[in-house]
Amino acid sequence: MKLFRVAADLPIVARQYTRNPIGLFFSLVFPIILIGLFGLIFSGSATTAVDLPTLLLDHSNSTTAFLDALNATGLVKLNFVGPMDPSQFGHYLFNAEDPVGLLIPQGFGASITAHSAVNLTVYTDPGNPSSSGLVEAAVNSAVTQLNFRAAHAMPIIGVDSLTVTSRSFAYIDYLIPGLIGFSILTSPMFSMVELVSTYRKEGFFRQLSLTPLTRAEWLTSRVVWYILLTFLSAAVMLLVGIFGFGAHVTLSLGMLPFLMVGPFLFVSLGMLAGSVSRSPESAAVIGNIITFPMMFLSGTFFPTTGFPPLLQEFAKVLPLYYVIDGLNSVMLFNSPTRALLDFAVVFVIALAIFLAAIVTFKWREE
Amino acid sequence: MPSAIRVEGLAKAYGPVRAVDGVSFEVPEGHVFAFLGPNGAGKTTTVEILEGLRNRSAGTVEVLGLDPWKDGAKLHQRIGVIPQEFRFFEKIHPREAIEYYARLFATPADPIAILKRVYLEEKADAKFDTLSGGQKQKLGLALSLVNDPKVLFLDEPTTGLDPQARRGIWEVIRSLKADGRTVFLTTHYLEEASLLADDVAIIHHGKIIARGPPETIVAAHGRPDRLRFEAGPEVARYLASHIPFAVTAENHHVEVELREKEDALKVLAALQESRLPWERFSVVRDTLEDVFVRLVGRMDDGVIKSEAA
Ligand SMILES: Nc1ncnc2c1ncn2[C@@H]1O[C@H](COP(=O)(O)OP(=O)(O)OP(=O)(O)O)[C@@H](O)[C@H]1O
Ligand SMILES: [Mg+2]
Repeated sequence: MKLFRVAADLPIVARQYTRNPIGLFFSLVFPIILIGLFGLIFSGSATTAVDLPTLLLDHSNSTTAFLDALNATGLVKLNFVGPMDPSQFGHYLFNAEDPVGLLIPQGFGASITAHSAVNLTVYTDPGNPSSSGLVEAAVNSAVTQLNFRAAHAMPIIGVDSLTVTSRSFAYIDYLIPGLIGFSILTSPMFSMVELVSTYRKEGFFRQLSLTPLTRAEWLTSRVVWYILLTFLSAAVMLLVGIFGFGAHVTLSLGMLPFLMVGPFLFVSLGMLAGSVSRSPESAAVIGNIITFPMMFLSGTFFPTTGFPPLLQEFAKVLPLYYVIDGLNSVMLFNSPTRALLDFAVVFVIALAIFLAAIVTFKWREE
Repeated sequence: MPSAIRVEGLAKAYGPVRAVDGVSFEVPEGHVFAFLGPNGAGKTTTVEILEGLRNRSAGTVEVLGLDPWKDGAKLHQRIGVIPQEFRFFEKIHPREAIEYYARLFATPADPIAILKRVYLEEKADAKFDTLSGGQKQKLGLALSLVNDPKVLFLDEPTTGLDPQARRGIWEVIRSLKADGRTVFLTTHYLEEASLLADDVAIIHHGKIIARGPPETIVAAHGRPDRLRFEAGPEVARYLASHIPFAVTAENHHVEVELREKEDALKVLAALQESRLPWERFSVVRDTLEDVFVRLVGRMDDGVIKSEAA
């Protein structure tokens, strides 16, 4: 892999792209239209905070700080239940209408002050994933915040970005990361699948195989191009979302890894899909089969927490789910640990697909 | 002179189809070699094996001392190629295409100088999809020159071009030879082969059926020279009974085969004696085209079975 050849290929990619209005429309204009459309349809319908029964067995400064952080997420509304034995709390929740809960054990504050490990207990209900998800996200966020504080971490992660306005999430807030994910998926998938099969049909790959350019370099320059395009379209979507529709999202640097690994994944996947199919027509079919479920079921237009349980499980096999979940984690929930996990998942899948695409793809025939 | 290309017993099968069936030849450095053959003869298959784009079923192949399939990357640094029906990225301009190739090959190249060489400089900044067929072919030629190749493979560089554009490409091919480069050319046009090539091979059904410099092929496989004039059938009858040469008549034309040049004098003398009217005589000599049509035709009739070179 020689970078100078990637750099030589990049302007060609850019020119082919920018001289073709359809491609530009799909990557830059189309997402904005979607934001506008969905933003208008659903504006105002805010998701309400989840009622969270909380058994508080500790009263210390640390506990207060934790509860403040929890409140500040705006995802949950704390509802303190009368003192009872911790063992009864589970039973109590079982009979409640919305069986989620939080238990803050005795000695919670003392352990924090002493820097020894302590566990909170979060009760969730698999039957009601939407509120369970919100509760987990809220608690994770508060825990992370406190952990940083306890570790006296410097605010490289951005302590001020951890302070979320005290309010509930509006639909548009979910829509921004979702649509960024949508365009990370669709813009490379639709064009790469088609491109690869036409390139093969037209003999462009054979032509290129007569130059020193390698397949890995060719693919890398496209990955780089789509990363740049994704930065651009994400910036546009954020501007429109924030200033046009009053979205509240955290602009954290933590978005960047996802804006890079996402295109890496889908450019490679598009190449793989294009190279295993024989004709442009079958390539389009394969491309659609891969793209459509992800387009709708990965949390693009609606958070997956609102899906029926079966679909939620299905969403978890879709790579885009992890891109959008990661973006949500950094842009909405401020939970870097979760984001890190999402990133790891996407990166591993992307790398595997990149390598598979290069191995599968032959520039010349036997 | 060392060989730029050496091919020995080359074969390529696609299932039951023997696209190339035991072909051997050598091309000395600095020569223009033309591969002539009808559609489906195996020209492109052979060229692409030489370029390292396809693997072979059998035989040995060496281009500049390298095995094209195994040492493709090394070979591609030193050869230039125009594929049959050259196409390039629609939205890219010729100037950009040449800059692109120059960067990939890590070689300094002046796009305008190269475009001038192929008479395309006025289209330096036009999108590829707006170029005419001939201009596209010229860009292919230009790109094949970027890495200053020692050997060029041109697969039907002039097919589909008007005579003017074709001559332009011939001009370039001549200048390539003048540079001392080796050119491997495939073509349907016999005229092209006889004008440009030092050496010609006629390939048919994957086999070489004639091989050598154009004149030698014509001498070996052509009919004798003929004296031809406009005259009626009575002249043909008269000549047939008065001179010992083969006479043919058709459409108010009479042709008499000549075994040596003095025979022409005998024919003219006999004509004068006949006192019959005749006009406009000329000497007809077989061209590569006539030879080609006859060889390929005879082979299709099953006459030539063992004449493969
Ligand atoms: N990839 C392939 N698969 C199957 N058969 C092939 C393939 N490539 C070529 N052939 C067959 O091999 C034979 C030779 O084809 P080739 O393309 O070499 O002919 P050609 O001399 O270049 O013809 P043309 O003048 O039409 O370009 C043909 O019968 C063709 O059908
Ligand atoms: Mg051909």
